[in-house]
Amino acid sequence: MKAKVYVTLKKSVLDPQGKVVQQALESLGFSGVSDVRMGKYIELDLGAVDRAKAEERVKSMCEKLLANTVIEEYRYELN
Amino acid sequence: MRFGVVVFPGSNCDHDCLHVVKDVLGQPAEFVWHKDPDLSKIDCVVLPGGFSYGDYLRTGAIARFSPVMDAVKKHAEKGRPVIGICNGFQILLEAGLLPGAMLRNESLKFVCKFVTLKVDSTHSPFMKHLKKDQRLSIPVAHGEGNYYADDATLKKLNENDQVLLRYVDNPNGSREDIAGITNEARNVFGLMPHPERASEKELGSTDGLAIFQSILEAV
Repeated sequence: MKAKVYVTLKKSVLDPQGKVVQQALESLGFSGVSDVRMGKYIELDLGAVDRAKAEERVKSMCEKLLANTVIEEYRYELN
Repeated sequence: MRFGVVVFPGSNCDHDCLHVVKDVLGQPAEFVWHKDPDLSKIDCVVLPGGFSYGDYLRTGAIARFSPVMDAVKKHAEKGRPVIGICNGFQILLEAGLLPGAMLRNESLKFVCKFVTLKVDSTHSPFMKHLKKDQRLSIPVAHGEGNYYADDATLKKLNENDQVLLRYVDNPNGSREDIAGITNEARNVFGLMPHPERASEKELGSTDGLAIFQSILEAV
């Protein structure tokens, strides 16, 4: 089972990198991009575990290490 | 008072901290390797600045799981003093010993310069030698010192008088100009500026020394 984890700053937290990228896009002529959020992408190989177990483990990993839930939110895909 | 300066892989202000407490203050002090969880002989733990574990994932995120951190938590629970400077502050936040988190500086730039701080509260064993509203000139050197806490946490920090230092001219975007905070028990102190770099005349300021001198009276 493999997991793809996406970690981004919470909506309530200002993302200065995203803001700068948005402005750069604007100056390149890509107008109309109303928001850019930067984040981290993490791939995990969980070995042979069933989906329920994998879900439980990835969630725990995100809460304990992969994301800092004071400032970040996370989502993940399993396949 | 015996100081223990914790050394993580990537710490780079450990020697400066040891020099100040040992040579300037004349106190017994030693390095504590991050894999050595014995703090029984240490009175005050110093988590120094640097880039522990290369700032991988997030600043302080990996150092928080070093074997020594369980001992630091126990040390703090006993009410004994812990000071985290710069990366040390970031580690205390990740470890949950202090509330909040650090974001990239608003400017996205690494800021390395002297800043002016305002003493917001002296209600701490680390602030005994300072006066409320006193101005301090102490350098900062960080890329991620933009302190963030949600509204409820900020309210609590303010109500409990836990904000000890604020920037006069905010260099990083920190909420409410916060430069240093303490925990509810007031024995754990985290700050982004480097008092160990402002403890000798030759370095341009001795304003940081008062923080180390204050703690001598605490135990």
